[in-house]
Amino acid sequence: MKATVTVMLRPGVLDPQGRAIAQALHALGFTGVAEVRAGKVIELDLDEADPTRARAQAEEMARRLLANTVIESFRVEIG
Amino acid sequence: MNAAIMLFPGINRERDMAIALTRSFGRPPRMIWHREADLTGIDVVVIPGGFSYGDYLRCGAMAAHSPCMAAIRAHAVRGGYILGVCNGFQILTEAGLLPGALLRNANLRFIARDCCLRVERGDTVFTSHYQRGQVFRAPMAHGDGNYFADPATLDRLEGEGLVAFRYAPPVGNPNGSARDIAGILSPNLRVLGLMPHPEDLVDPLLGGEDGKPLFDSLAAA
Repeated sequence: MKATVTVMLRPGVLDPQGRAIAQALHALGFTGVAEVRAGKVIELDLDEADPTRARAQAEEMARRLLANTVIESFRVEIG
Repeated sequence: MNAAIMLFPGINRERDMAIALTRSFGRPPRMIWHREADLTGIDVVVIPGGFSYGDYLRCGAMAAHSPCMAAIRAHAVRGGYILGVCNGFQILTEAGLLPGALLRNANLRFIARDCCLRVERGDTVFTSHYQRGQVFRAPMAHGDGNYFADPATLDRLEGEGLVAFRYAPPVGNPNGSARDIAGILSPNLRVLGLMPHPEDLVDPLLGGEDGKPLFDSLAAA
């Protein structure tokens, strides 16, 4: 079963990378871009056929390692 | 006092740290590879700077789950002293031994220059050879040193006197750290993490000895 963990900086945590991307997009003429937030996507290939258990495992991995919940939030998608 | 330097793959400041510890302690520290877990007879565990595990995932995230971390946690629980500098500070926050996190520098640049640190407490085992309010010079070299914690944690750190050092004029706060915080202490004052490198300024031949009192303080503890 495949799990996709998306990790983003929490709202309120300064995201200088996102801000730099926004500035570069403005420079390219994409003036309609208001705010950009940059995060990361981690794909897990799990040895688990049950979606509920797979989700629970991926969430535990995210809490313990993949995300630092002091500064980041995460979202898990299964399948 | 017996010191040990923990070695993770990608750490690169361990020799500077060993020189600083040897000068103040009068004997060289033990160098301990991260797969070893025996800290018997060690009073001070030092986690030096560098780029452990290539900064993969987040700075310090991999090292914080390394085999030796259980021994380091046990050392902390026993009331042992722990010093984390630069990547070592990042590792201590990732391991939950100090609160908060180190974000990318606010200006997105790697900063390699001297900064000025103000001593917020002169009554800890790490700072007894400094005076409270004293400002000293310390080299810095990091891309992710922007200290972050939620306002309640920052209030608690300040209220309980757990801020050890703050960035001070004339250089000021180069990386955007919350409330100019450069180094923090654990509630029992036995764990210190800071971003700048006092170990790189312990010899007049290298331009000064501003960092030496930190190691002299530890040696006298």
